[in-house]
Amino acid sequence: MADLTRDDVLKLAQLARLQLSEDEIATYQKELAEILKYVEQLQDVDVNGLEPTSQVTGLTNVMRKDEEINYGYQPLDLLKNVPQTENDHLKVKRMIN
Amino acid sequence: MTAWEPIADIAAKVNSGELKAVDLIERALKTIADKREYQAIIATLDDNGRLRAKQIDETVAAGRSAGRLAGVPFIAKDNFLVFGADTTAASNILKGFKAPYQSTAINKLEAEGAVCVAKANLDAFAHGSSTENSDFFTSKNPHDQTRVPGGSSGGSAAAVMLDMVPFALGSDTGGSIRLPASFTGAVGYKPTYGLVSRSGVVAMASSTDVIGPLTKTVADTALVLEIMSGRDPLDSTTIDRDEHAYDELADTLQGKKIGVIKEYMSDDLDPKIKTIITESIDKIHAAGAEIVELSLPSLPLALAVYYIICPAEVSSNLARYDGQRYGYTKPDANNLDDSYGGSREIGFGAEAKRRIMIGTHVLSSGYYDAYYKKAQTVRTKIINEFAAAFGQVNFLVGPTAPSVAFKIGEHTNDPLQMYLTDIMTVAANLAGVPAISIPAGQVNDLPVGLQLIGAQRADAKLLATARAVEEVIAA
Repeated sequence: MADLTRDDVLKLAQLARLQLSEDEIATYQKELAEILKYVEQLQDVDVNGLEPTSQVTGLTNVMRKDEEINYGYQPLDLLKNVPQTENDHLKVKRMIN
Repeated sequence: MTAWEPIADIAAKVNSGELKAVDLIERALKTIADKREYQAIIATLDDNGRLRAKQIDETVAAGRSAGRLAGVPFIAKDNFLVFGADTTAASNILKGFKAPYQSTAINKLEAEGAVCVAKANLDAFAHGSSTENSDFFTSKNPHDQTRVPGGSSGGSAAAVMLDMVPFALGSDTGGSIRLPASFTGAVGYKPTYGLVSRSGVVAMASSTDVIGPLTKTVADTALVLEIMSGRDPLDSTTIDRDEHAYDELADTLQGKKIGVIKEYMSDDLDPKIKTIITESIDKIHAAGAEIVELSLPSLPLALAVYYIICPAEVSSNLARYDGQRYGYTKPDANNLDDSYGGSREIGFGAEAKRRIMIGTHVLSSGYYDAYYKKAQTVRTKIINEFAAAFGQVNFLVGPTAPSVAFKIGEHTNDPLQMYLTDIMTVAANLAGVPAISIPAGQVNDLPVGLQLIGAQRADAKLLATARAVEEVIAA
């Protein structure tokens, strides 16, 4: 299972929206396979009768009132960090060529 | 440079007028400048720090208390959102990011009079064990400049040991507070999961992330924890704090039952480190604690579990860095997809990309059950073993790390070797239990940390016992 093809790496990069250089593709193909080989030691562990854990302190469905909270900043403050804006809107590239 | 007094004493003297906050902040800023060669710091907050110090002195002059941390300077790891400086998480993709709000932990510390004077270096996005994954530069170990300070909170640990400030903040997802504490000789504390709010801290692996202090003493750590802990409506994973204070600390080792973790003291462990840990355990025993050897047979699996769960959560948490709403954006992208992929290609370093790809793989259709779900189930096994252990003993003890600080560059070409540095720290994160690293001695003039682990929510008891352990080791 641990072997990764060049196409596997390219597919992962596409899923994660990461462009990679040729060098990176070759390096990750090798390194990811080594790391996956290491973590695959779990495949043989007996977990019969056990449930997976994703939350360790037992909290479930922490709710708050559905009301406006003043976080102390305005929309224009957030726009200061936006790389490209136009008329106080966030500007993105076109989606279809 | 002389060491700082205990934090409680500094605050008392500021509140009595004996010390001026403005002088303490100048002392911190001067030490930071004098120790620049260690590359522990990304940015200083000179203007904000001086302004706040002046306000604290004015409060005291007006006859009011300026808080339990009055005038105490501190340094935050650069993954905390702080007003007055960029928050970069040591990544190129967040270069120039100005926080529109501030982290809850910083707000709580400031409300008690503490003053943030600088942002410390880290492995970018806290991915690493050495600060070598910082997109900017590598920090140096205060004991040997050719060695790493550990990571990812390496800048914070170095800052404390270089006496820049009495305390620094770090984050610990798989050992990132305790490991640099062990490598530099600091005290590093990982609280129970959820005890300290993470609102305003750059997310890494949300099911294991905690934040905590790095200091030179357990007493200082307990005071900082006392102020930071408690529920926060802005972090829905936070838990109720204890009603009594975390810095009360009066306890003895008499009658305590402490389990030595068999798996961490195996024959594979470096014999010099084993000797130091064994000597410390002997001292704890001599001070009245009962010592038993205890096996947690699934602990050797913890690193494999961690390196599935952590990259999975990392790949989700780093999806927000898309080059559109903040951070670096590729200047001449052809379309939106090119803008995403190109911004992330240039903005992320090698380790962030590595973890995003592993995480994407283990979560992808056809692999999810075999990797991610299996890891979450083995995690349950580890949690059950901790629960069984804490049914028999009050605390567990062992080394914090399998080695002393390694040379800069020693592991950079082998990511798996770098991951193995965390082999003794990740289990506490997976189980959400509190753990502390205390300096126990030195091997070839390099510090070795002793790790004490407690049951979930036993933070106050763990800190009280850690203080007693600190005393008997130093004696």
